[in-house]
Amino acid sequence: MIPELGHFALALACVIAVAQSVLPVVGAARRDARWMATAVPLALGLLLSVGTAFGSLLWAFAVNDTTVANVVANSHSAKPLIYKLSGSWGNHEGSMVLWVLILALCGAAVAGFGRNLPTALKARVIGVLGWIATGFLLFIVFTSNPFERVWPPPMDGRGLNPVLQDPGLAMHPPTLYFGYVGYAVTFAFAVAALLEGRVDAAWGRWVRPWALGAWCFLTVGITMGSWWAYYELGWGGYWFWDPVENASLLPWLAGTALLHSAIVVEKRDTLKIWSVLLAILAFAMSLLGTFLVRSGVLNSVHAFANDPARGVFILALLMVYVAGAFAIFAWRAPRLAPTGIFAPISREGALVVNNLLICSIAAVVLAGTLWPLFADILTGAKISVGPPFFNTATAPLAIPLVVAMPVGAMLPWKRADLWAALQRLWWAAAAALLIGFLSLAAAGYPVWPALGMALAAWLVAGAAADIADRIGLLRRPSQAWRRALSLPRAAWGAAIAHGALGVSLAGIAGMGVATDTLVQLNPGQSTRLAGYEWRMDGLSDVTGPNYRARRATVTVLRDGAVVTVLRPERRSFVVDNQTTAEAAIHTNAMRDLYAVLGEERDGAAVLRLHHNPFAPWIWFGGLIMAFGGMLSLSDRRMRVAAPAPKGATVPA
Amino acid sequence: MSETPAAAPRSRRWMLYAPLGLAAAGGAGFWAMLRGLQTGEYDPRGVPSALLGRAAPDFDLPELEGAGLPALSAADLRGPLPAPVLVNFWASWCVPCIVEHPQLMRLAREGVRILGINYKDRAADGAAFLQRHGNPFAKLGRDEPGRVAIDWGLYGVPETYLIDRQGLIRWRYAGPITPDTLDRDLRPLLRRYA
Repeated sequence: MIPELGHFALALACVIAVAQSVLPVVGAARRDARWMATAVPLALGLLLSVGTAFGSLLWAFAVNDTTVANVVANSHSAKPLIYKLSGSWGNHEGSMVLWVLILALCGAAVAGFGRNLPTALKARVIGVLGWIATGFLLFIVFTSNPFERVWPPPMDGRGLNPVLQDPGLAMHPPTLYFGYVGYAVTFAFAVAALLEGRVDAAWGRWVRPWALGAWCFLTVGITMGSWWAYYELGWGGYWFWDPVENASLLPWLAGTALLHSAIVVEKRDTLKIWSVLLAILAFAMSLLGTFLVRSGVLNSVHAFANDPARGVFILALLMVYVAGAFAIFAWRAPRLAPTGIFAPISREGALVVNNLLICSIAAVVLAGTLWPLFADILTGAKISVGPPFFNTATAPLAIPLVVAMPVGAMLPWKRADLWAALQRLWWAAAAALLIGFLSLAAAGYPVWPALGMALAAWLVAGAAADIADRIGLLRRPSQAWRRALSLPRAAWGAAIAHGALGVSLAGIAGMGVATDTLVQLNPGQSTRLAGYEWRMDGLSDVTGPNYRARRATVTVLRDGAVVTVLRPERRSFVVDNQTTAEAAIHTNAMRDLYAVLGEERDGAAVLRLHHNPFAPWIWFGGLIMAFGGMLSLSDRRMRVAAPAPKGATVPA
Repeated sequence: MSETPAAAPRSRRWMLYAPLGLAAAGGAGFWAMLRGLQTGEYDPRGVPSALLGRAAPDFDLPELEGAGLPALSAADLRGPLPAPVLVNFWASWCVPCIVEHPQLMRLAREGVRILGINYKDRAADGAAFLQRHGNPFAKLGRDEPGRVAIDWGLYGVPETYLIDRQGLIRWRYAGPITPDTLDRDLRPLLRRYA
């Protein structure tokens, strides 16, 4: 009965979404206040009905209702409750419902919190969100119904991929979806502004919190995904340039560019056409990712299993929204004339450079991801684009970006003195050179990791110099504390986020000097790696809630003293007869000791051991970056004029 | 860049249509892929149908310096062979290759003849990879320019082909051979063509 309720709620949501797509937009065009006023209740109604549908799905998974095909395919009674629930969005159908739920949540947030939005703009934004909701709801109802029944019901479900039974992964898709869907809101703002033919400082102020909120979630999501790949896949790597990873990186890059150009729109009333284009692009990249992952055109470890009919539907949605928005853009953008002017050397100029470089990186990643597909369809050639291409093609763009970051943050608006800004950064430059030199000479790093360390130091010290300069630490130390307290949170947030990129960069550079070995050890035997002695003490059997495991006990010693005991496992899942390698990781924040258990051979264990210097910094930096974004989001200036800064953060 | 189109004369208006044009072209390409998926002409994991059931394309590769293994040429794949063989494309820069490696090692220990092609790699890196992770290959060719890979229609590394006793390609797998793939797909195939 509950699944039928969910199915009905989905159908009801479709009808509400159609109404939401039409009534407010027509009302805005005809300046009819009553029609425009339907936007708020419709957005709330949509949230209620999609929420009911998602709740029904959760219920079906929680009680392991095997008459529902989706539960049978993705769940099992022996799974812990948390993974039963996360299984509801760990599959194609359920994840689409979650996607639409988050979209409805954002629409309701615009409706509920955007009281100071002009009525017509608000009606149009909610209307455009209704277009998106309609398309995806139709997609769910016609091709991906999560409430499909099976009769007779099987005894039990067929489980979930054991690799996916992980707390990090349970939270990973929702976090990413908040990011993707957040860009749906900036997209809606962009299309609404084009329909209205007006982009002004106020528009920039409303868009920024959404762009920032979505960016924070996406940052956390990508960080979690990278961390998951690191410890769960047991490969010891953190980023593989897999097409699906790239699909999440692309909207992040476009969104990062949008975040910066929206500041210019708000403060200086220029770069309008560009910002609108970026807002459309950020969402286009989110949809492109959805298409690539779910249509089956990719060869990836992450891709959902699927049928081409779904791909056709998603492609149709992609074309309607993206090409439609670009058509409106080509038609209406000439109306958006800039008013502010600025010199090339200025903060605006620096943000333009930032945008150009970030967009170039995005273009490289996009080309590298799509080229194998298009080469195949155009010429029939099967080619592969691997990490060598991405690394060599993005580095020449990323290095100037990183070099320019602290300088840009120092420049004032309109016209700036580059030399004066550089003078205030001299000690950051000195720190970078020192760190680079120490890495090369003292630590013996190769050139690239040493360069990475130097750039990391440049970013962190540059962010510190920015803050020190703003609070007058060197000019008037006695008042610095008071000024630090009154410094806007947005300024703190920006400096923290910029410095955090340096932290991540240090981690990436550290991985450049990581070492690993593959050894076969009998109990009692030991090996040496990176100055540590790794002793295999023995193998044992372990039983988990729904798996059996073989566990190796590896004691790591340094100079005879025990550093840690690692217990890597190989888990065999009873239900679907799969095995996974559970890596054991010991971190002291400066380096990771990482062990993976391979097969066993006559009582000896095959172990892969890694020593990864600075590895945790990669994800730590990502989290600090998101924290900087959140801090900026909590800025009072953002809250006062913004439509829904709360809405952007609270739904977490 | 951004504000120029609006400020610029009408002749540069067309630039505003560029995103639309790109999106339309991309959409057409994706549409063709989806059509191809249904008709079987486009398959991201599949082998070009021309190769299945045929003999391997002709090639003669140099050895990988420092690995101490004999070089590989198409003559090694011509039937009759005593048992089916595997041809594995790999590279030291390829992370999934590390994942796959223990399975190759296990097969090699069980007596399966595995012939390796080192793809677009530095010789020293390739040799170091084998030293560190072990060597499952009976013979090893070095395809530094990637020419042989083009003839085979390589999708990416790692990629594995099964060649039966008559010297015909019977199976192709793009991606790492996991323990699961090994037990479910590869072992039955090896038995079938033994």
